[in-house]
Amino acid sequence: MTHSASSFLVVGERTNITGSPRFARLLKAGDWDGCLAIAAQQVENGANIIDINVDEALIDGEATMVKFLNLIAAEPDIARVPIMLDSSKWSVLEAGLQCLQGKGIVNSISLKDGEEEFLKRARLLMRYGAAAVVMAFDEEGQAATRDDKVRICTRAYRLLTGIGFPPEDIIFDPNILTVATGIEEHNNYAVDFFEATRIIKDTLPHAKVSGGVSNVSFSFRGNNPVREAMHTAFLYHAIREGMDMAIVNAGMLGVYDEIESKLRDLVDDVLLNRREDATERLIDHAEELKAAADAAKAGGTATAKPAAAAWRELSVEERIQHALVKGIDAHIEADTEECRASGKFPRPLDIIEGPLMDGMRVVGDLFGAGKMFLPQVVKSARVMKKAVAYLTPFMEEEKAKALAAGESAQPQGKFLIATVKGDVHDIGKNIVGVVLACNNYEVIDLGVMVPCDKILAKAREIGADVIGLSGLITPSLDEMVHVAKEMKREGMDVPLLIGGATTSAAHTAVKIAPEYEPGVVHVLDASRVVNVVSALLSNEQKPNFMAENFAKQDKQRADFEARRNRKPLLRLDKARANAPQFDWANVDIPKPAFLGTRTYSAASKADDLAPDTCHLDLREIIDFVDWGPFFSAWELHGRYPDILQDDVVGEEATKLFADAQAMLKHIVAEQRFSPRAIMGFLPANAVGDSVEVYADTKRNKILDTFHFLRQQQAKPDGQFNHCLADYIAPKDSERIDYIGGFAVTAGPGVEAFAREFKEAGDDYNAIMVQALGDRIAEAMAELFHKKARDFSGYGETEDLTMQEIIREKYRGIRPAPGYPACPDHTQKPQLWKLLGVEKATGITLTESNAMYPASSVSGFYCNHPDSKYFAVGKLGQDQVKDYATRSGRDVADAEKWLGPYLDYSA
Amino acid sequence: MTHLPTESPVFADLKHLLDQRILVLDGAMGSVLQGYQLEEADFRGEQFADHPSDLKGNNDLLCLTRPDIVEEIHGRYFAAGADIIETNTFSSTTIAQADYALESIVTELNTAAVACARRAAEAAERATPGRRCFVAGAIGPLNRTLSMSPDVNRPDYRAVSWDEVLTAYAEQVRALMAGGVDVLLVETIFDTLNSKAALFAIESVFEETGTRVPVMISVTITDASGRTLSGQTINAFYHSVRHAQPLSVGINCALGAREMRPYLEELAQIAECYVSCYPNAGLPNAFGGYDETPEHMADDLHAFATDGFVNIVGGCCGSTPDHIAAIASAVKNLPVRNVPQRSNAMLLSGLEPLIVA
Repeated sequence: MTHSASSFLVVGERTNITGSPRFARLLKAGDWDGCLAIAAQQVENGANIIDINVDEALIDGEATMVKFLNLIAAEPDIARVPIMLDSSKWSVLEAGLQCLQGKGIVNSISLKDGEEEFLKRARLLMRYGAAAVVMAFDEEGQAATRDDKVRICTRAYRLLTGIGFPPEDIIFDPNILTVATGIEEHNNYAVDFFEATRIIKDTLPHAKVSGGVSNVSFSFRGNNPVREAMHTAFLYHAIREGMDMAIVNAGMLGVYDEIESKLRDLVDDVLLNRREDATERLIDHAEELKAAADAAKAGGTATAKPAAAAWRELSVEERIQHALVKGIDAHIEADTEECRASGKFPRPLDIIEGPLMDGMRVVGDLFGAGKMFLPQVVKSARVMKKAVAYLTPFMEEEKAKALAAGESAQPQGKFLIATVKGDVHDIGKNIVGVVLACNNYEVIDLGVMVPCDKILAKAREIGADVIGLSGLITPSLDEMVHVAKEMKREGMDVPLLIGGATTSAAHTAVKIAPEYEPGVVHVLDASRVVNVVSALLSNEQKPNFMAENFAKQDKQRADFEARRNRKPLLRLDKARANAPQFDWANVDIPKPAFLGTRTYSAASKADDLAPDTCHLDLREIIDFVDWGPFFSAWELHGRYPDILQDDVVGEEATKLFADAQAMLKHIVAEQRFSPRAIMGFLPANAVGDSVEVYADTKRNKILDTFHFLRQQQAKPDGQFNHCLADYIAPKDSERIDYIGGFAVTAGPGVEAFAREFKEAGDDYNAIMVQALGDRIAEAMAELFHKKARDFSGYGETEDLTMQEIIREKYRGIRPAPGYPACPDHTQKPQLWKLLGVEKATGITLTESNAMYPASSVSGFYCNHPDSKYFAVGKLGQDQVKDYATRSGRDVADAEKWLGPYLDYSA
Repeated sequence: MTHLPTESPVFADLKHLLDQRILVLDGAMGSVLQGYQLEEADFRGEQFADHPSDLKGNNDLLCLTRPDIVEEIHGRYFAAGADIIETNTFSSTTIAQADYALESIVTELNTAAVACARRAAEAAERATPGRRCFVAGAIGPLNRTLSMSPDVNRPDYRAVSWDEVLTAYAEQVRALMAGGVDVLLVETIFDTLNSKAALFAIESVFEETGTRVPVMISVTITDASGRTLSGQTINAFYHSVRHAQPLSVGINCALGAREMRPYLEELAQIAECYVSCYPNAGLPNAFGGYDETPEHMADDLHAFATDGFVNIVGGCCGSTPDHIAAIASAVKNLPVRNVPQRSNAMLLSGLEPLIVA
């Protein structure tokens, strides 16, 4: 968030009426939206500050400045950057200052009107809180030579600091004047500026230097290529002399090294005043360029080739880099073959380690710098994989020959990754695998539900350099601890990486790291994994990295202990005494429209439907999709739909969303997913913190009892210690209540379809399908909750938009076993048995009670009007013992399943 | 040439104390007033018996109509251990008093409020010889803002102008200064531009009177977005008010201490002056009340102090003399936050900060 710019700052000039004819036209026409769009575009293009100038004879400067600034204040994407108020009229500047909540810059003040006026304005700026651009201008006029520039700036600096103006808030503009005008005295203007800049920076502490660059090339109006080259070269030289910022078109800045070399030399001759005929030579060349450009325009199609295809004209290495950065796989096999056939690369591996890895390094750098985003990187990986797949047969052939000759090969580093036993979630793990593979690590992915012994055996077999474990559900945390212990027992010494939605730095530090001394590192998300792995595999970096990691974990353990010691939990009886009290005689208890279960399926043909199965339409489900988490899965952060307009990730988010829509269409058209669901209602009553479920309303036969957990943290007055059982009418209230249950799945088609892409080397679409599967499952949970509320009656009268439904603004909750309100995953097998989930939907449970297929959701329905989601939080030993007794289990078993929630060491 | 205003002796006194220990501000006025169960008649007194509009809820008015109660509450805060109490003038500007059609008595209100506070301070100083008790002139936000439009269809519209805000604040500041406050406290800032106008007004009054008193500034971070209501991050806000050379910058209101922690931590790292923190007594409960206990609140502020985040602590909405007593004893003898050296970078901001080194 904080932009610390020790380097050069770009002040966007397009909202300057004198610098942008388009802005001038829009402003005069009163097209404020158009004006705002230009401002937004400046910020998007990387302007650190925007310059605003509305000086025009026919415009009311004060009113226009105020209106535009007020409009900008309502646009967070623009208002996030500081404003430079630019006017030759003090009254316009002052009107602008009265609209800025941030600290901006006034452009400009000078000694033009004498010392008294200059200092009066400076004092007001101190009171408003603004920095100042100070022009190198005095009572005699504008400074053109180096010595005049330095003299006036020095005088201004002394006067300003003399009244307490902070020196760091002084920005000198020593006048960038036009060169190559044909007038001899003008030839040294750029040199004068460069030299003055150096002297000012060296002799006036903390002062800054800025300038309006466009002026330098004014002689070449109408010839943009030459002007751009001049601006680029001018900045290159000025920055080397210490210039801090410049007013430029943020979208039109070139790179000095990329200016065509002949043009660059001619421009430098002019700017640096290197030869007498510099101006003539640049003018001649400029005319040639312009003539060529005009001819091209007249020639039509030949050169008006769309830019999109122009990259095909580049060298093969550049084409490969372009394809990798842009994620274009159309030509990659042909380009790879061209490399191979060229004879430049003696071995296929040289192509991978040469142009392909060079391209991926660019991708990695851009990703690391936040200039590329995960979906783009995954597409890059797809191109890379395709190229590698093309080369593989050639490498096999070569390997066969090498083996025959008795040689062996060594890749960069081997990373073994697996989702632990009992867990089936692998989107995050797949993303980590792709990102590492992009960085030339050999990634061995053992898939999901991988038992510990298999992980260890494989690690030994291949000589893994790093092992990564992933998991999404809480029991996986225990399994990770187990793997760590086993690694220690077997005397392994490779680093262990921990990642996945349920993992945390704190849990890793407290529970896993102490079990494995060689080192356990928690990795927050895929964007961090490359740095971590490269540090771990570097002999120089590793000691420091591990020392830092150990220190961090020590602190986390200390914090954890401190937290635990600070707030003792309530005793269970005290917590129960502080349960919310309901007037059960009057609570509205709706009777569901049916008791028992209903099964739903999206099978296409009516005859595929088992008897009593209701039809389900995939399209109906799509309406209930909450897209926010979809973007999070791709590590793009922001709120949907705003994220599509986000100035950092918006473009990628929009592309990703379009790809998702296309894929979804495909899935619907070809019925690739086969969603199934079951829901049911049964009579129930609470007995203490447990809920008895009855076969019928006579309540003679108890089908099963669900045992719930109660919050034990101390609450302020007026707040309660909640337990889900509170929401069900107690048995002694004499009223019959009902509890609902459900399980929904996007179906086995998700994995099958994802596998098809994966096997074709297309990780991007494989991850896309999985992410959509998860969204569909969640949307089904929402859709069926809507049905449940309708069956319970009160849903029929709820008046909510789809947005409000997705935000859960309705009455009732659907807590899921394994989640904060009822954290014990062992309630899932109970629910499965009670509703007959597996038979109806095909969803099975692993030994950790994860649902398979992974894109599934299950839970309870509570209709109580005051029911709310809550987190049970930490549990005391008294409650865990009570819970074990109630549910007829060993305390140790309960402790195992509730591990992360225990407030004590079991 | 204008002469620079001279610094009041309070600068030296406060800095001397602040370098030795963490100072304590008072707590809420409103929450304590609730306990007195005042009726419309109390608010009106004799002076406003015939005033055409309802006056109940205009707490600042009690400085004129029930000065005994206001003074008593100030006294209770001093007794609880507060070093600095705030005048009961949160809404004593022409713009805020317009709601009660009482614009005309603003100077009178501020004068009376300072008098209540001064009497309480002098009584507390008499009671404990050698003790210093400070009075801060409280300057609240306004119900109209310079950065935001109240009309979504007209984003460029503003319900108030810079000059109006400046005039209103200048009138209040003049009366507070004339009444004899030790410091000025611009607080509960949710729109930075309003506060910049207040700071501008303060500086203008300093120039008029030739005297400068310490200025404390306290911003309100509205919610977990970590921003002011007008959209600035805490460091962008700091850059916006740094020019006023405040004695302290801090955070108050809207959040409880726990929710404030990340923003306070960030502010403590960058502020080149003292840092204050006076949170609400937790987040409002379902009835709009506050139920963080004195012990919990004191625990949290104790943690801020041991982490080196604060120089001045106190309470905002929902806090009472009991809270302040617990807080005062919790931070007693804890080391003060060290004020970092002034940076030589140019510190700009929009909604977000920009540092030009």
